Amino acid sequence: MSQPQQHPEKARSVFTDAIKLSRDTGGPVAKGDTILKVQDLTVRFWVGQEWFTAVENMSYELKAGEVLAIVGESGSGKTQSSMSLLGLLPPTGRATGSADLKGTELVGMSIQELREVRGNEISVIFQEPMTALNPVYTVGFQIVETLRTHYLMNPAAAKARAIELMRMVEIPEPEDSFNKFPHQLSGGQRQRIMIAQALACEPKLLIADEPTTALDVTVQAEILKLMRELRERVSAGIILITHDMGVVADMADRIIVMKDGKVVEHGSSHDIFKNPRHPYTQQLLASVPHLAEHVDDDDLADRPNTVIETEGNPVPLSAARTNTEPALLMEDVAIVYPKQGRRPEFRAAEHINLRVDQGEVVGLVGESGSGKTTLGRAAVALLPVREGKLTVGGFDITNKSVKELKPFRKTVGIVFQDPGSSLNPRLPVGESIGEPLFLHEGLKGAALSKKVEDLLDSVHLPRAMRNRYPHELSGGQRQRIGIARALALNPKLLIADEPTSALDVSVQARVLKLFKELQEQYGFACLFISHDLAVVEQVSSRIAVMHRGHLVEVGDTLDIVTRPQHPYTQRLLSAVPVPDPDEQRKRRELRDAIIEREHLVS
Amino acid sequence: MSNDNYTPKYSSDDPDRIEEALPDAPPHDTEIPVDTNDSGAAAVEVPETVADDEAYGRGEGVGEGQDVKGLSQGQIVWSRFVRHRGAMFGLITIAAVFVFSAISMGIGPIDGLWRVQTISSGDVINGGRPSLSIPGIGGATEFAIGANPFGQDSLGRDYFAQVMTGVQTSLLVAVVLGAVAITLGVTVGSLAGFYRGKVDMALMRFTDLVITLPVIVLGAVLGALVSKIPLRLNAGPELTQSIRENMPVILAVALGCILWTGLARLVRSEFLTLREREFVDSARVAGASDWRIITKHMLPNAVGVIVVNGTLLMSAAVTLEAALSFVGFGITEPTISLGRLISENQGAFSTRPWLFWWPGVFIILIALSINFIGDGLRDAFDPRTKKIPSARAMAKAEKQLAASRAAQSQEVAP
Repeated sequence: MSQPQQHPEKARSVFTDAIKLSRDTGGPVAKGDTILKVQDLTVRFWVGQEWFTAVENMSYELKAGEVLAIVGESGSGKTQSSMSLLGLLPPTGRATGSADLKGTELVGMSIQELREVRGNEISVIFQEPMTALNPVYTVGFQIVETLRTHYLMNPAAAKARAIELMRMVEIPEPEDSFNKFPHQLSGGQRQRIMIAQALACEPKLLIADEPTTALDVTVQAEILKLMRELRERVSAGIILITHDMGVVADMADRIIVMKDGKVVEHGSSHDIFKNPRHPYTQQLLASVPHLAEHVDDDDLADRPNTVIETEGNPVPLSAARTNTEPALLMEDVAIVYPKQGRRPEFRAAEHINLRVDQGEVVGLVGESGSGKTTLGRAAVALLPVREGKLTVGGFDITNKSVKELKPFRKTVGIVFQDPGSSLNPRLPVGESIGEPLFLHEGLKGAALSKKVEDLLDSVHLPRAMRNRYPHELSGGQRQRIGIARALALNPKLLIADEPTSALDVSVQARVLKLFKELQEQYGFACLFISHDLAVVEQVSSRIAVMHRGHLVEVGDTLDIVTRPQHPYTQRLLSAVPVPDPDEQRKRRELRDAIIEREHLVS
Repeated sequence: MSNDNYTPKYSSDDPDRIEEALPDAPPHDTEIPVDTNDSGAAAVEVPETVADDEAYGRGEGVGEGQDVKGLSQGQIVWSRFVRHRGAMFGLITIAAVFVFSAISMGIGPIDGLWRVQTISSGDVINGGRPSLSIPGIGGATEFAIGANPFGQDSLGRDYFAQVMTGVQTSLLVAVVLGAVAITLGVTVGSLAGFYRGKVDMALMRFTDLVITLPVIVLGAVLGALVSKIPLRLNAGPELTQSIRENMPVILAVALGCILWTGLARLVRSEFLTLREREFVDSARVAGASDWRIITKHMLPNAVGVIVVNGTLLMSAAVTLEAALSFVGFGITEPTISLGRLISENQGAFSTRPWLFWWPGVFIILIALSINFIGDGLRDAFDPRTKKIPSARAMAKAEKQLAASRAAQSQEVAP
């Protein structure tokens, strides 16, 4: 961070000499100037035979140096309202009203004029950096391209400026990284490149569309830290579009809450979090899972009951608490993806010792690529176990043939992450639910449909829905169907692989509630996989933390979320943003300290 | 919240609304007392009835929803297909051509209505010129069919009867070839894509081998074999005759056995993506066998690729058959095909062009129509292709919307 500040004069000289090709709307801005005035912005889409209103009469102002968060669930119009400023609506969309960027009307601008504004006066940070960056060009080239579109610059100067920008967003060894392709960078670094590209022309307005949603919590923490630092240094106004109230609490000065295309609440960050007025905002805040919400000091009297991994010693198997057969038992399990062509074999999980007792819910937490989904899939025999022993309800499934596994299939169920992809789009959902019943119990006709209706009742869906197709259902409804199918055979063990991460918070809250209800009712054991500690905390009695294919800490839920012992768990916990600005400020300092410390170490 | 409150909403047809009507919908149905006089709760929470409507958004995909309400995938595809102008034009044209030829020349043993049912030579009338006259074309003043609407060839045979028989041959070849190629391509492609590994390796190398076979040469070899094999086997004249009469079917099967390769590769790649989808995994966890996964879960999802490419293959078959017959391979005497008609009369192009034009027009009609149908199917199966309405339709709808708004506000005002 300190490097660019050392030579501010030199840094400016490359860039300030450059002649701007694109128009400079409204001249330079200082902090506190109003840069954007939006009035009665309405966005409509042509659907079927009529206009569908996605955003209705939205009005707000944005000052330079300010962060305005637009919050809402999917379908609330939060993204479309901002994309309409750039003229990036799909061809069926149309915007009316007024959006005034320092005296320039953006709504109804011609494409040629808009092209000068895009990337120059207004730039966007997209959600998924891997798809937003072009994979066949180096990242340096892509920054230079933006620069040279809007400025008369020679390639050498543009390169110098690009490296300067990359240093500003803390890309390690920017001269080296300049020639790297997007796939050679990590997810966090790609998002930094996106930010550098967005800041290249010193825009007046920066639109960040879910900038951290696709990132892991620890990476998200680093990006948020960077963005906080940048907002002090650039004089742009920032529109932050997100559904994560934790991120909002971390960044925003003011908040707009949108519901069904209408602004339902608009106020300062403090007001909205402390004193929400609209029922929708209240509901939204109530749905956000909080970490360690109900903790008394008494609970923390004993020594923490967790076991951690130490140098060379994997987490040992926890002692049996009851005499009954454990629902899932992994003993020194290793799962290996075999060599494919030139790609060497990959050990996705190693030395895993884990016990899930009957009727117990164990959470499995880790970042993407940590091997948690691999473990879940191995537990239902979708992946073979290379080493060790994996038993489910006393039945050893290591190295069993497909035929031998058939009786085992009756005893397990799995709920997948993406409810859109886990239901066959060509089958009515009733048939999807009934499939395991048909295959194992040979149920047909009336008996089958009776059972399917019972299952629909138990996940609180109307019976008439059995004849619907997956595309006719909302995300939450699809996930309920997924749960109903997994429970069809009344399994002893359920693997829930990120069942709520594709859902909106309020839907997530309802699905989690349903899950807890069903767990009490059916009494199945469950391995609940998630990247979100707050979600896992709600449902599980014990938590296992996974990092790079190893379990690093296993212990009681309460101890893990309050007194983690392993440094990785501590970092994971500190990175989770909490939906409370004051609380988050405290956590942020702690978090930044941890990030700084690690950077010093590495 | 009592049961009575939400049961009526179950009958609601809006899929995005139903979730809100669920018993567990409001998160506070257990936590807060329903008694709104409780000042502590009322200050923070709102009365339940308000909360029900206001506390929940409409959810994702709204607006798209009304497009697909209560329809199966097949019905959606069909309704999109019906709206595709090119495809409907193709479908109607090809149906008309088929019905026209069937009515005039009959199907199989059933005779048609045209006066010439057995094609035989006769007197050449008026130099074999077509007797068909349509007002406005060639100075004709009134519509007339005449004795030989498409003219006669040099032997005085009715050309209309020949062309109509040729149309049937072409359609027969297209359908048989399509069926053979789809069966082979789908089987090979789905097995290779599903099992991968060694099976994939073996099947795909075999596919590569088949791709190397030149179609024209194979057609020529086959044409020669058909006349030679019966002689070699000392077959009786009946067998020879039946082989000759069924020449179109034999040719179509043989061509289908070479042309399945493209489809096999497409189906394989489709299966490679489909097998990574989670619904395949969940079927496997449910205990479904490989056969069931392939037929019940994966094939219906690959049907778009299969249908689209199958149709395009059929239209290629029509032109291929014509090309083969034109160079003298493929269909031979006594069977009539459009390609053979062109080839036989190629010398007459400058003197009696209608002998060339009529079969040509029908080849174009058939191939073009099938192509249009394939195009329409491709658009119908691909959810990403959305029809962008004309500016006029959009403006009209906007006016209506404004009018209904005004009407609403007037209603509210008094």
